[in-house]
Amino acid sequence: MPDTPMTWQSLAPAIPEIYLVVAVCVILMADVFAGQTRRGLTGTLTLLALAGGAAVTVLFAHVPQRTILFDGSYVADDLGFVLKLAGFLIVAVGLLYSRDYLEERGILRGEYYVLTLTALLGIFVLVSANSLLTVYLGVELLALSVYAMVAFDRDSGISAESAMKYFVLGAIASGALLYGMSMIYGLSGTLSLDELATHVHDPSSLGILMGLVFIVVAVAFKLGAVPFHMWLPDVYQGAPTSVTLFIGTAPKIAYFALALRLLTHGLGGTVVEWSQMLAVLAVLTLVVGNVVAIVQSNLKRMLAYSTIANVGFILLGFVAGTPEGYSAALYYTLVYILVALGSFGVILLASRKGFEADLLDHYKGLYKRDPLLALVMMLMMFSTAGVPPFVGFWAKLRIFQVLWETHHFWLVVISAAMSVVGAFYYLRIIKLMYFDAPPEHYPPPIHSAGVRMALGINAAALLVLGVLPAPLLDLCARLIR
Amino acid sequence: MHLLSILIWLPIAAGVVILLLGEPRIATARWVALLASLATFLISLPLIARFNTGTAAMQFVEQLPWIARFHASYALGVDGISLPLVVLTAFVTIPVIIAAWTVIEARPAQYFAAFLIMEGLMIGVFCATDALLFYFFWEAMLIPMFLIIGIWGGPRRVYATIKFFLYTFLGSVFMLAALIYMYVKAGDYSIASFQALPLTLVEQRWIFIAFLLAFAVKVPMWPVHTWLPDAHVEAPTGGSVILAAIMLKMGGYGFLRFSLPILPDASRELDLLLIALSLIAVVYIGFVALVQQDMKKLIAYSSIAHMGFVTLGAFIVYQIVRSTGGLQGAGMGMDGAMVQMISHGLISGALFLCVGVLYDRMHSRQIADYGGVINTMPIFAAFMVLFALANTGLPGTSGFVGEFLVILASFKANFWYSLLAATTLIWGACYTLWLIKRVVFGPVANARVAALTDVNGREFLVLGALAVVVLLIGVWPAPLLKIMQPTIHHLVDQAVASKIP
Repeated sequence: MPDTPMTWQSLAPAIPEIYLVVAVCVILMADVFAGQTRRGLTGTLTLLALAGGAAVTVLFAHVPQRTILFDGSYVADDLGFVLKLAGFLIVAVGLLYSRDYLEERGILRGEYYVLTLTALLGIFVLVSANSLLTVYLGVELLALSVYAMVAFDRDSGISAESAMKYFVLGAIASGALLYGMSMIYGLSGTLSLDELATHVHDPSSLGILMGLVFIVVAVAFKLGAVPFHMWLPDVYQGAPTSVTLFIGTAPKIAYFALALRLLTHGLGGTVVEWSQMLAVLAVLTLVVGNVVAIVQSNLKRMLAYSTIANVGFILLGFVAGTPEGYSAALYYTLVYILVALGSFGVILLASRKGFEADLLDHYKGLYKRDPLLALVMMLMMFSTAGVPPFVGFWAKLRIFQVLWETHHFWLVVISAAMSVVGAFYYLRIIKLMYFDAPPEHYPPPIHSAGVRMALGINAAALLVLGVLPAPLLDLCARLIR
Repeated sequence: MHLLSILIWLPIAAGVVILLLGEPRIATARWVALLASLATFLISLPLIARFNTGTAAMQFVEQLPWIARFHASYALGVDGISLPLVVLTAFVTIPVIIAAWTVIEARPAQYFAAFLIMEGLMIGVFCATDALLFYFFWEAMLIPMFLIIGIWGGPRRVYATIKFFLYTFLGSVFMLAALIYMYVKAGDYSIASFQALPLTLVEQRWIFIAFLLAFAVKVPMWPVHTWLPDAHVEAPTGGSVILAAIMLKMGGYGFLRFSLPILPDASRELDLLLIALSLIAVVYIGFVALVQQDMKKLIAYSSIAHMGFVTLGAFIVYQIVRSTGGLQGAGMGMDGAMVQMISHGLISGALFLCVGVLYDRMHSRQIADYGGVINTMPIFAAFMVLFALANTGLPGTSGFVGEFLVILASFKANFWYSLLAATTLIWGACYTLWLIKRVVFGPVANARVAALTDVNGREFLVLGALAVVVLLIGVWPAPLLKIMQPTIHHLVDQAVASKIP
């Protein structure tokens, strides 16, 4: 590959990452000099930086066609462009929801914002990865930032415990990923995903398949697919809710991109093999996620199992093994993130210092205490249950559709049955909020007008995208060809 | 004029306005609700006036692109099957609103809003000519009903509403899977192209079972009927009325709109299953109704038995063709099924309103708590007796026309079917008249009954309007039959034609 000179043109597509690195440094410095007294400054600065990042991305990073940078290790395309914009938006909304929560618990530190931004950088690197090494770089950058975030509330034992679990299990998964990559590299002699795509054919050698197995395990771990899901409920429950919100949203983009770039592009030659593996994982994930969610009494843990169940649907999109299927998975991922933002946002607003609002019983009669939060939560729950007119319905419809198109009869039946099981525990939350009487002694939720408006818009988006689903569906189909 | 769109979106918009007005301005909200429901009904009347009874094609058609990728469109239209149901929906919502005028104490504005949104969604179900749009309305409807039963229902409302939701959701999800399967084969979601799509017998069987799950739960047919008594007992009066009058009809409508024309071969093959289930509903559920202690539960079981006539009438067509060898009179069962749906919508709605009138005064639905109501509430008693007689199928009321047509049609098919079906005239009379005997007639049973006051003007208006329509259809069903005729002829042709490629 010829050396390309570093010019503005050759760097422009990578502007989002470069911008983020600069922003991280600036914010870190600003936080040091702002001192203890002006904590709010860092948060505001971060939100401004995210808005600026989106603007810079729109202005400079859009590429007319697929562009390869940095000796083939970085790819800029429409998918990356849109996912990065989505990343900026999701993280900004998440930080907005989290601010009061962090402040009340005394963990509103500059480092929190810096870690969020480095995690976002990891997401971007993954989204644009075009070689095995870049993939690994992105995975680790994201994972290390998130480990630290989970342990951020250092006085909380349960946070530290879940961070430890996450770290140890995550390290094993990273090892599996690296091991699999080394096998693939050793047998094909290349790290570039583009070259792998042309080298790896079906039927592949046993070595390639071994490598593939390890990579699929790592992807399944990162997404939280059964049987590699053990970390997810513990981390969701143990982490501070603002961190749970982060883990539940933005990284899903990255792991979608991980699966897409690595499996469907680089190892696209082995689609028959990995789609069978994913089919087994998807069925297990759907069944375990939905069934175990029913017996949870902790809302964060229940939502963790709900995440697992939703990951099952995302995997089914990959199982289809067609561009239509991948675009269905992308659509599902984006829709899922929208719901996760809203539901964890409600938990953040409902909780106060000393009252985490994480048990299901804390939501009894929420309608009487705070109609807006209850309404938002209800829309979120109906949407994930897949009831029209909310957007979650279309996400499920797309998955069913691609499964029919690829003749996966039993997968349609199983996923349809499981979505009914799922409806039960979503309905239970609505039941608690609307049909039960409120207990007296719960503290009032946070009343911050701006955050509430954002939450309202978040919920309204579910309805608008549900009634007029065509634009987002078209976008997802256009991004994956 | 986009009449159908107005019919769908006007009540929904009014519902949103009422939600925005909120509980503090309930006085205004009530009038908005009433005016919106009246306006919707008035707007539905030109549909009848301008309906062309010479064609089976969809009328008042509207079409807008919705999701170009799936070739799904916002396509509306009515024919002889859906028009009466649309008008019925618009009509029944008015008494529901009036009956709840001052009765609902907790969150009344939301109560009215829920029913108006419901109304729009239900009309959408009947008007949609695109399967995806149909499903969209069909499922969306669950949300307001879930909340209506859950928020304003009785003591076991949570159990009842979750059971209701999950039963219907389970059936519907498989219907969705079947619809998507046909989309993948046909290339678009319009119901017309599904009807034209050739399908092998194996495919038809599977799709038939998926549809059966959805529609049988909704009708409801034995043995998936168990959600209905629970939902009816726990629902507030308005919820029971809408459930019995409209939502049950969607199952019957689904059989006529989807199962028969899209899957004629599977329907022919499996018709005995449906006939058997219908007859079980008619006979067995009739017995179950006989032993009920709770008035609402009794009417709920009676609804299941009466809906058995709808499914019997719809699927008897193949037996008629088999035994007579021709299409002559084959549509009679479907005629009966349609009339039965309209008539049962009115009568069961009226009976639930009657129970509501009693419940508002005594806060009990137990038959044993009543007795001799006629002594203190003579006008009410007259209405209740009228609706009870209509429920037993008394000639001169709408209940007679539907049951008579279905029994006649099943007689053409097989003597034994008609004999079993006709026993309902006995069971129906038994459980309904015994109910009347215990509740309305006899000496005043206790002090609370003695203290009852007769219907007020509002209640009189509601029951009176329903009584007029029940009698009108009973003595002069011809206009209704005339509207349905061409569509049912066409439907019979579709149902007996083979689609196997």
